[in-house]
Amino acid sequence: MSTATSNSAVLEGRSGITARLSDLFWRRPNLLLILMLSPPLLWLGIIYIGSLLSLLAQSFFSIDEFSGLIVYEFTLSTYKQLLLASNFDIILRTVAMATLVTVASAIIAFPIAYYAARYAHGKWKALFYLGVMLPLWSSYLVKIYAWKLILAKEGILTWGFEQLHLTWLLEGILSLPVIGGNSLSVSYLGTFIVFVYIWLPYMILPTQAALERVPSNLIEAAGDLGATPNQTFRTVLLPLALPGVIAGSIFTFSLTLGDYIIPQIIGSSRLFIGQAVYTQQGTAGNVPLAAAFSVVPILIMAVYLWAAKKKGAFDAL
Amino acid sequence: MRSDRHTASPALKIAAIGGLLFLHLPILLIFAYAFTTEEKSYQWPPPGFTLKWFGVAWERPDVWQALTLSLKVGAIATAIALVLGTLAAAAVSRSKFFGREAISLLVILPIALPGIITGIALRSAFSILDIPFSMWTIILGHATFCVVVVYNNAVARFRRTSGSLIEASYDLGADGFQTFRHVILPNIATALLAGGMLAFALSFDEVIVTTFTGGQQSTLPIWMLEELIRPRQRPVTNVVAMIVVLATFLPILAAYYLTRDGDQIAGGGK
Repeated sequence: MSTATSNSAVLEGRSGITARLSDLFWRRPNLLLILMLSPPLLWLGIIYIGSLLSLLAQSFFSIDEFSGLIVYEFTLSTYKQLLLASNFDIILRTVAMATLVTVASAIIAFPIAYYAARYAHGKWKALFYLGVMLPLWSSYLVKIYAWKLILAKEGILTWGFEQLHLTWLLEGILSLPVIGGNSLSVSYLGTFIVFVYIWLPYMILPTQAALERVPSNLIEAAGDLGATPNQTFRTVLLPLALPGVIAGSIFTFSLTLGDYIIPQIIGSSRLFIGQAVYTQQGTAGNVPLAAAFSVVPILIMAVYLWAAKKKGAFDAL
Repeated sequence: MRSDRHTASPALKIAAIGGLLFLHLPILLIFAYAFTTEEKSYQWPPPGFTLKWFGVAWERPDVWQALTLSLKVGAIATAIALVLGTLAAAAVSRSKFFGREAISLLVILPIALPGIITGIALRSAFSILDIPFSMWTIILGHATFCVVVVYNNAVARFRRTSGSLIEASYDLGADGFQTFRHVILPNIATALLAGGMLAFALSFDEVIVTTFTGGQQSTLPIWMLEELIRPRQRPVTNVVAMIVVLATFLPILAAYYLTRDGDQIAGGGK
């Protein structure tokens, strides 16, 4: 709304406190703006940004090895600890998992988004929309729990492989080094599946939004100019949908980086960044190291967001 | 030349429908487990079906306590988020001012950064300020990240509300408060309702921030997490899980129907 005054008729000042206030706000729109902005700004600025800064500040402190107390002196030694092999492995492992989860989500999400954006109409469109929204909003823990049921040794997946006489296949997968384990629910493979499942809707929605914005006459023009459907897909549709996929990848990547509950419930006992933060600030009581660990995903995401912005992903959000 | 708009290839159809099934079957499986007679393991297929566990869950005081706390926290956090989110949205959409972009970023930040960072940041701030953990510290955290859903819904609706309506109201002699009450509020009411319901759903389901900002109290997700790590009575967890799924579907469906005639804003980001 334009705030330029349009003094068409000069009215007399009204009486009553609300009327006078309202006149004041009309004459001084900035006063109203400040009044409206200050509660949310104070809340987010003080509670949120304040907490965040106090956390970041602690990463520059260190912990006394003997007393276990925090030494309030500026040091970079806590950050140096991140480079120790055991800690650096945690970071590498988490980044590798986040990358794999993002790639897999993009591959699974694309057909769903593509179908919903270009073929589904009317009822089907609503069905696809709700079909993505309902799992997105269903309880996070219940979804993890469902996978604990599925991946358990006595669960439905083992049963399914048995029914298909494919038990040897499942055992073969589980005996693989690194990704295997005693059962799927204590393996990296299990962690990976659950991550993909939980974050998939975050990939579908922006991809679908980007695909919906591709003008259909571009597709027709490509066809008229002699492109096969395959060529049209590769040279017209995919590049135009890419910002949406990148926007989705921001979510899948960032959420995987920071999660500590999924690998705790389904996975091997090797830690991810989120778990490291959790144990360092909790049982280990090393808040500076926990703070330094939590700076890692912030930095990675800052670089990621900067790169995504260059690719135009924010217009697709 | 074949246009790609009319028929999808079978492979695409299978991949799309398969993807949707992948999203939904695990949730449906919970429903089957809520009726199983098996107590000790997650055995499939269930050896038998029973309704007994619904009664057992009903009798459990810890479930009720967790549920009550979750409802209280959700209601208060939503109320705070509604006020703050609407104010920020109104300010951002009614005028252009310096730092407008920064406000959008500030509102989105608590949800864009991993929950564990929000959680640990709040926790360390509480311990520095010597604030004891209580229901209110949980609410403080929840309200902070609930603002964004209200804000997203309200901004989208303000954008579609024509400024000339408001000007007309002033021209006809209404003051600012009357205009708000009779013109602006009816226009944004459904968006606020939808935003409020999503905020409630978000708070009701939140676990990561809550593990850091809650003390002895446990909300329903915290109760659930404890059951996941150290199972006590698995069938009760199954029943609670099923009820939680049903309870979250309703507000989501309602929010969808309230906002579907507009741009699809309800799910702007969790």
